[in-house]
Amino acid sequence: MTSTITVEHLWKVFGPKPERVVGTELAALPRAELRARTGCLAAVKDVSFAVEAGEVFVVMGLSGSGKSTLVRCLTRLIEPTSGEIGIDGEPVREMNPRRLRELRRHRVAMVFQHFGLLPHRSVLDNVAYGLEIQGVGRAERHRRAGEMLALVGLDGHEQQYPEQLSGGMQQRVGLARALAIDPAVLLFDEPFSALDPLIRRDMQAEVRRLHAEVGKTLLFITHDLAEALTLGDRIAVLRDGELVQVGTPEDLVGDPADDYVADFVRDVPRSDVLTLKWIMRDPAPGETVEDQPLPAATVIRDAIPRVLGAKLPIPVVDGDRRVGVVDADQLLPALIGHHRQVPV
Amino acid sequence: MTATMTRPVLRAGAPRWGRVLPVLLVVAAVVGYLVFRTDAAADSEDAAAFRFFTQVRDWVDANRDTSPVFLYGVNYVRLGVRLLVDAVRSGLSGLGFAGLVAAVTALAAVLAGWRTALVALGGFLAFGFLGLWTESVDTLVLTVSAVLLAVLIGVPIGVLAARVGWVGAALRPVLDVMQIMPTFAYLAPMTLLFLIGEPAAVIATLIYAVPATIRITELGIREVPVTTVEAATALGSTGRQLLTKVRLPLARPTIVLAVNQTIMMALSMVVITALINAPGLGQNIVQALERVNVGAAFDAGLAIVVMAVVLDRITAGAARRRAGRWGRGRWAAAAAALVAVVVVALLPIGEDLPRVSFAAPVNDLTGWIELHWYDATEWLKNAVSAGLLDPLETVLTTTPWWLFVLVVAAFGALVGGWRTAGIAGLAAAGIAGLGLWQHAMQTLATVLVTIVLTMAIGVLLGIWSARHDWFAAGLRPVLDAAQTMPSFVYLLPAVALFGASRFTAVVAGFVYAFPPVVRLVDRGLRDVPATVVEAATAAGSTSWQLLWKVQLPMARGGLLLAANQGIVMVLAMVVLGGLVGAGALGYDVVAGFSQREDFGKGLAAGFAIVLLGILLDRLTQGFHHAKGPR
Ligand SMILES: Nc1ncnc2c1ncn2[C@@H]1O[C@H](COP(=O)(O)OP(=O)(O)O)[C@@H](O)[C@H]1O
Ligand SMILES: [Mg+2]
Repeated sequence: MTSTITVEHLWKVFGPKPERVVGTELAALPRAELRARTGCLAAVKDVSFAVEAGEVFVVMGLSGSGKSTLVRCLTRLIEPTSGEIGIDGEPVREMNPRRLRELRRHRVAMVFQHFGLLPHRSVLDNVAYGLEIQGVGRAERHRRAGEMLALVGLDGHEQQYPEQLSGGMQQRVGLARALAIDPAVLLFDEPFSALDPLIRRDMQAEVRRLHAEVGKTLLFITHDLAEALTLGDRIAVLRDGELVQVGTPEDLVGDPADDYVADFVRDVPRSDVLTLKWIMRDPAPGETVEDQPLPAATVIRDAIPRVLGAKLPIPVVDGDRRVGVVDADQLLPALIGHHRQVPV
Repeated sequence: MTATMTRPVLRAGAPRWGRVLPVLLVVAAVVGYLVFRTDAAADSEDAAAFRFFTQVRDWVDANRDTSPVFLYGVNYVRLGVRLLVDAVRSGLSGLGFAGLVAAVTALAAVLAGWRTALVALGGFLAFGFLGLWTESVDTLVLTVSAVLLAVLIGVPIGVLAARVGWVGAALRPVLDVMQIMPTFAYLAPMTLLFLIGEPAAVIATLIYAVPATIRITELGIREVPVTTVEAATALGSTGRQLLTKVRLPLARPTIVLAVNQTIMMALSMVVITALINAPGLGQNIVQALERVNVGAAFDAGLAIVVMAVVLDRITAGAARRRAGRWGRGRWAAAAAALVAVVVVALLPIGEDLPRVSFAAPVNDLTGWIELHWYDATEWLKNAVSAGLLDPLETVLTTTPWWLFVLVVAAFGALVGGWRTAGIAGLAAAGIAGLGLWQHAMQTLATVLVTIVLTMAIGVLLGIWSARHDWFAAGLRPVLDAAQTMPSFVYLLPAVALFGASRFTAVVAGFVYAFPPVVRLVDRGLRDVPATVVEAATAAGSTSWQLLWKVQLPMARGGLLLAANQGIVMVLAMVVLGGLVGAGALGYDVVAGFSQREDFGKGLAAGFAIVLLGILLDRLTQGFHHAKGPR
């Protein structure tokens, strides 16, 4: 199976003569030192990953960690310094301006944190903008734009102007605009960070629903761990431009690669994310267990009633194979156990 | 021990030097003046510069029809502008009196709403009632022609300046100089190239107004949010699509504002081009001023102000309107308006309206003022003349030119560094080289006295307005009105009160320049962050302490900008005062237009004015950049 997006050894260095950094001993320097020595800032450092078709891939990191730069490099809104980018196997860095425009017009669309709507156009014409610049006729593009607005729940607002809508509604327009060109890939750069928490939750639900309905490949940038965990099939953690860890939500929570990731996931309720796989133990020799097993992929929280109600440990199976057992002794640390450290 | 002793001394040393230097400079200048002062010999009537300019004129006159520069360049420009003016004139006059009134009213209604339409209707009818219809149309024709050219040239250049780094960088100093050039200085070179008359007037107006078009357009394009441009790029827009579908529409309100400013500046200049024989309302004013007949000038002045207000309202209203929000209703209204205009234009309505003139009552009023206020106005005039103008003028005119150059350069170095020193020093030396030292120093004395008065009163009013909202609210319409009035008009009340004299120029300059000063001071004070004011108040400052120790120091950027703007405006007005008895450089320029043998001197005076403007601007601007916040 080929990946939809592939990124290999991607670098973006801002500053004077950025080429001199990559591939020299300067490349190994930490960000601050590089900046002091050369005045250059390595916003993205040697990042590689692949996103599978239909996947929701989340890139997470603190502000300034290079997330926006990374996502803009994918369609060369920011020109990368070095590395390879492939979309559907086609090398993006080798595209000429015309081909690149085709890519942006038909295959990859983006949703922005600050919406980027055109204030002088009605909602309908905003959504139709992408089709308009492709040369799609007026009636046809308005029809498609209308459909997209219905899809994101904004029917009836076609003739309004962006400033008349709330933030959440404006971002729905941004979403509809991206969907209108029917792209295979959608890029989101912190689309909901500017919204109130309640609206944000609505919008996350909306993205999940749309993903289920239209089945596109999503690359989603956020600095919010809860958002990453809700949406991501896989999550990549970025720190100072470098990729620290790529994995499923439970990989991150159960087995953080370093203190940075551990810090990130410290306050996550582990029982909501981890599965039995992470807490089961080997059966003691000759131990008697319950008859009815639990699959290893069961989220801990969902196993609570069974485990607490059972008198004996419950076997955990992966397919037909028994991989371990679980009883209340394993359950309790996971339930109480995100050890909040008290600063001294 | 010694280390701890010396360090604070060293640290305290730097700021103390900063304070001692200006004092030393002043002392040195005074000593230098006392030792070297001259006896203020009058300027020669036959300076080398005059002769040179006269020769240039003679050469141009001799080669106007043979030199390729003229045959294939200048003369074609002149011809093209002439054709444009004729086309605009036949368009506007072709509508006839009723047609034009209806057209302007309809335009106002469509662009800016019915209130503005009523203002436009009343205003244009007033031209007829005042018996100034032909003159008003002439002024309008020249203004419209110049604005058309300014927009055609200025908007693309503004877009280019915003989008192409080096174009913007290269244009900035050029525009800076263009914007400090007093209106008067343009006229002589224009007549040299394009002869007197309408084309020269339109081109002078264009040069005067186009910097505003370029600057504001550039600003509008630069202000388009990068996020919006990025979103459109991400959808695959081409560069051209970004320009036509994103940048220009988003910058539209600002560009309309640029047109508004261009119109106001153009109108102001068109009136002044009466001095180079352009027709229109300006002619009435110039002729009346020459006879110090305020009443006769009043009607024309009123018509100019009315035209300024109408044009301002229409374009300002259009700037507020949202683009692309023209529902069916608006298009229908526009179509209806067009039909109405055509119908009205075809109706046999003439301009033979009952005449209304304010000449007689205004002359009565000035007579009355002369009779009853004579002592007061005369006292004021003499006090300022004898107390401020004369001593300063004596000092400046008896200063040897090289000492002046040295002092200017030293002061420039102090406030803005070597660059400022060099530019200001060269400008001063250039004035000396033009052979108009006495006149330049007389003009400078008048300018300095005016700017001191303007700043003193302007800052007081500004402080007052920043501290009392009711005062600010009351002042705002006055300032708004003052800023839409073309500069020429300001001479009228000054002449009415003080007759023809230097002091008249001081008063006109003050009235012209104080609104922006008040504005900038008020804004500077109000921009001091509320949190800072709150903190100082919480620390127990009285409101005067707050003003002196917090608000004024923090607003110094605004104050210095006010001084800079004020001084450039004052210079423009004082020069214009040459028409009403202020003499010196302004008079030389005017004389250059009217007397053939004085052409060289007039042109030299024009250059001297420009150099004086650069000098004053650099000294205040350098101050602004060097010591202002950030
Ligand atoms: N155009 C630019 N020029 C110089 N530095 C930049 C530019 N854009 C971003 N940066 C720097 O690169 C780093 C990463 O920025 P960004 O990708 O916006 O981070 P994030 O989106 O994760 O907050 C930051 O330190 C930022 O200051
Ligand atoms: Mg970002």
